Amino acid sequence: MADVEVLSAPLIVEYPFSRTTGPVIGAFFTALREGFVVGVRSKDGRVLVPPFEYDPVTSEALDEVVEVGDAGEVLTWSWQAETLEAQPLDRPFAWALIKLDGADTGLLHVVDAGDPAKMRTGARVQARWKDEREGHIGDIECFELAGES
Amino acid sequence: MAEETTLTLPERLQGVEPVRSIRTPATLEYAYSPGKAASLFLQEVAKKRLVGQRCPVCKKVYVPPRGSCPTDGVPTEEQVELPHVGTVTSFCVVNVQFYGQAMELPYVSALILLDGSDIPIMHLIQETKAEDVHMGQRVEAVWVPDEEITATLESIRYFRPTGEPDADWDTYKDNV
Repeated sequence: MADVEVLSAPLIVEYPFSRTTGPVIGAFFTALREGFVVGVRSKDGRVLVPPFEYDPVTSEALDEVVEVGDAGEVLTWSWQAETLEAQPLDRPFAWALIKLDGADTGLLHVVDAGDPAKMRTGARVQARWKDEREGHIGDIECFELAGES
Repeated sequence: MAEETTLTLPERLQGVEPVRSIRTPATLEYAYSPGKAASLFLQEVAKKRLVGQRCPVCKKVYVPPRGSCPTDGVPTEEQVELPHVGTVTSFCVVNVQFYGQAMELPYVSALILLDGSDIPIMHLIQETKAEDVHMGQRVEAVWVPDEEITATLESIRYFRPTGEPDADWDTYKDNV
């Protein structure tokens, strides 16, 4: 069989999943659809964004949904030099953990910084919202460095 | 039942229709290679031929061939051309719609043991009512028009009953 031409064909597997959110995560996505951001207050008084349904320390159910800002500061970041299909942006960008104003934890999102030299820990960033929102993390198109827009 | 959680919501979320689910689609893109043995099989399909391979030790004929015998662990190099007729060993009537499904319901997916082979292939049974499909039923391949035949099992549109008497149990009992 040494002279057999070995065939190859594209095989595309698609999973059209949707996930139920539950009330707390649902509130987060509802707020995104309405154009703002919420977190949840933990039992030790911190504001967790994105929210958790249960307290990460005591495991108690959390029920106080609180609004936070749509601007904040970069806690840590990593540069995506070559973008892949289905990533949030089609040009190089930074993945970043962003501590929004009023929050105590970092939200993973992207910063459309253009150039990694402009990124730094502690940088101020501002959400850029989509005009048409559906209740999805992509309702925030990206964050941009403050003072650049 | 879990206890209903009463949330304290900011004013802007009160009286607003809540989001209950989110889209989380996943797509996996592969380049699939069937390997040498199945490539040869598919190239023969493109010529409207079904060719399996016989194990030199146990003499079983595998179709589509994988290039070796799973029992004896030896290469299967002898090519064996098979007829386009076989026996239903097992089947499933599909009544449930699912994503990506192209067939009209109900339809029947069956394992078909081609005459002279020792492992069944999976294909569709049509030109009969779903409730009439049964084990032992004799079926034959219906190919797409010659000019549409390519190196894929989709070149066989489906199998249909031949009308012959059912096969004897002994002829397919090892493949159920």
